[in-house]
Amino acid sequence: MISLADQLLVLVLLINFILLGTSRLIFSIRAVAVQGVILGILPGLIHPFSWHLVGITVVIITVKGFVIPLLLVRAVRSAEIKREVEPFLGYVPTLLLGAVFTALSFGFAGRLPMLPEHQNFMFVPASIATMMTGFLVLTTRRKAISQVIGYLVLENGIFIFGLLLAEAMPIMVEVGALLDLLVGTFVMGIVINQISREFSSLDTSRLTSLKEE
Amino acid sequence: MAQELFAPSSLIFSATLLAALSGVPLLFPWLLNASRAQLLSIVLMLAASCAGLTGAILSIFSGVSVLFELAWTLPFGSARFGVDPLSAWFLLLIFLIPGSAALYARSYWHADSRRSNVRKMTFFCGLMTAGMSSVVLARDGISFLFAWELMALAAYFLVSTEDENPEVKEAGTLYMITTHTGTLALFALFPLLNLLAGSWLFPATGSLSASSPLASAIFFLALFGFGMKAGIMPLHIWLPSAHANAPSHVSAVMSGVILKVGVYGLIRTLSFFHGIPLWWGCCVLVLGVISGVVGVAFAIGQHDLKRLLAYHSIENIGIIFMGLGVALIGQTAGSPAMMLLGMSGALLHVLNHAIFKALLFLGAGSVIHATGTREIDLMGGVARRLPYTALLFGVGSVAICGLPPLNGFVSELLIYLGFFQGIQGEGGAAAAAALAAPALALVGGLAVACFVKVYGIVFLGAPRTESHTAKHEAGWQMLLPMLLLAVLCIAIGLAPGLVAGHLQRTSLTVLPLLANTAGLPLQELVPMTMITLSGVLLLALIAVFTFWYWRKLKLAPCGKADTWGCGYQRPAPRMQYSASSFAEMLTSLFAFVLKPQNHRPDKIAGIFPGRSSFYSHVPEAVLELVYIPLLKRMYQRLSGIRRLQGGILQQYVLYSLVTLIVLLLASYL
Repeated sequence: MISLADQLLVLVLLINFILLGTSRLIFSIRAVAVQGVILGILPGLIHPFSWHLVGITVVIITVKGFVIPLLLVRAVRSAEIKREVEPFLGYVPTLLLGAVFTALSFGFAGRLPMLPEHQNFMFVPASIATMMTGFLVLTTRRKAISQVIGYLVLENGIFIFGLLLAEAMPIMVEVGALLDLLVGTFVMGIVINQISREFSSLDTSRLTSLKEE
Repeated sequence: MAQELFAPSSLIFSATLLAALSGVPLLFPWLLNASRAQLLSIVLMLAASCAGLTGAILSIFSGVSVLFELAWTLPFGSARFGVDPLSAWFLLLIFLIPGSAALYARSYWHADSRRSNVRKMTFFCGLMTAGMSSVVLARDGISFLFAWELMALAAYFLVSTEDENPEVKEAGTLYMITTHTGTLALFALFPLLNLLAGSWLFPATGSLSASSPLASAIFFLALFGFGMKAGIMPLHIWLPSAHANAPSHVSAVMSGVILKVGVYGLIRTLSFFHGIPLWWGCCVLVLGVISGVVGVAFAIGQHDLKRLLAYHSIENIGIIFMGLGVALIGQTAGSPAMMLLGMSGALLHVLNHAIFKALLFLGAGSVIHATGTREIDLMGGVARRLPYTALLFGVGSVAICGLPPLNGFVSELLIYLGFFQGIQGEGGAAAAAALAAPALALVGGLAVACFVKVYGIVFLGAPRTESHTAKHEAGWQMLLPMLLLAVLCIAIGLAPGLVAGHLQRTSLTVLPLLANTAGLPLQELVPMTMITLSGVLLLALIAVFTFWYWRKLKLAPCGKADTWGCGYQRPAPRMQYSASSFAEMLTSLFAFVLKPQNHRPDKIAGIFPGRSSFYSHVPEAVLELVYIPLLKRMYQRLSGIRRLQGGILQQYVLYSLVTLIVLLLASYL
């Protein structure tokens, strides 16, 4: 089972690269949805069966795999944008940075003071790499939808780290993480609405005009 | 069980909760109409006040300290709250003044006439009371900060009650900036204390040595953070505008109580240390002298009734700091009498100032309610229309001037006696005391001048303007709290022996050095019976003289003329002395700090000069001549740093990313 989990994590890492390399928004949303579904399956593979676990799995797959992606697709359709044009940093440099960060996270994970039974998993490096991807998307893309996607990926990274603790993780923490997501989506939803209404575009760099001079 | 339920501490804690919830009935306008809801809130607040006061008085009587632990899973561990005589002493004013203010608000800020903001006002009044009470009950740094912020933020919403007015909004913003600057110092203070004491729990009285540099840092942070809230002189900038622009009963609570919570913080922090160096005491004393003298000088120059009272708060905080300074110097000089007299004087003045300043602000509120203006120069002759308010305001004025037989005199006497004890000593302590005693006398004299001005211009004479003639006496809901406070002023003034024992017990809780030399009663140092006797004698003399004068006046023929008619053919009310002309000499004497601005008439020439005008104004000199230019210069100099805040979302996330990468790389070092 562990090896299957590791293979799924490799898939997660590959999806990270897809996210960094593509300019088509619908495609990245689908990729994030797939990533969410994988994350939903993972707890079942590494922890023994319990109803608590089933609950986590079902909620995560529904929210991360279906609800949020559907909302995002609707936002993309209603805003009538298809691509992320002129990001702050081009796609190739972002991909390269992503590769560097992934390598770095593997190096770093070995230095963390982990329990011996967690030592050999790919969870920690995958988690750090995914968080870094989220950060990269957040910093390099202009469109508000891309920002939401970056935020989701960041959350996914945090979630992978939490998987190690799923047994010890009280329900409060999970609910908190999901609430975070929801709030993030809400905030971005508001930002998207406001920006498109005020500036008739979804470019977050227009937000500079809100800065106090 | 019944005993548990009525234990002083449970009374105090339930009063705090009750106060916090007292504004809730107004939040459901679809269930209760506003007027009824306000009544219910007031009843809740009064119940909280009664319970809290009973609890506080009982704990002062018993003199025991209790500590409770609230185990919760928030970071920094469990919260600890406790009651000891020092907390209980401050709880007296924390529950007395807001209770009176709540009743006062029924008539002053009635729900039907102030529909738009009565909800906000009532809710945050309750919350602020609960916040202040939690501050004095908190026994660890984290709970203290929580409670402190609760109080500070609730006060912000109260200052900006009428936020549709730009002046009020500005006052609120200034308050917000300064209160958070102060809190910043406290955020540094408690971790340092944690470092020194090894726990977030407040250390025991006198358990830390004051000689380390860390202790000095804590002292300065406490002086800055708590001094900001208390309104000590160079840090007082928020105080005049906030007090002037808040509703009067809120000003009463802010001036009477919130400032004292700052004083409480300083006393509590200082009580942790032993072996306090001389310069700590001198620092506090000098700040007190500056606040006292300059505060009252500013007050003399004001034309706005509430601004004037606000500057008097600064002056009185100065007096309290002088008392604290005496107590600290006494610790260094090893003089138990100085310690006891200084601390008792400061604590008693804390209570007294809360009582008479609240009385004055409530009185000012009644006057403003009746005349519709805050400008002293537009009022006049108010005493004829508002005789009860005039009488009660008079009691407050005499008390704040520190004249016998009222309470202000007693606390100032204690501080004077502390100074005299200090002068008998030797070295730096004696010099400091000898220099500070005349300053206190100067403050007292100037305060008398200022209140003669206020009382004379506002209450006596004839109305100066038609549109601001006082209309009606205040309602009983406004008069009753004022009467209560006035009675307390007289009671403490005539019978200080009643509070002396409790005062001494309270002082001893923060003066660990004295605990072993308990055989030093305050009654021996202070002639309590003499105060009572001479007070009664004075009152009797006044009564006899008044009766004699009244009889004489009745027999004498009398006519009716305008005040200050000066034998002119057609005297007019505008010929009366104005507040500015009365104060002109004193403001020009203090012109070197006050920087008064006189806009003199310029067109007076020839036999028939044209229309002209004269206008004088005493600005908030410290704010306008020191802070604002300084901040402007900083704003220009630091323009490079502002580029960090570009307004680009991605840039901000990049900061997080860079930090994360640096941290990751740091693990390789």
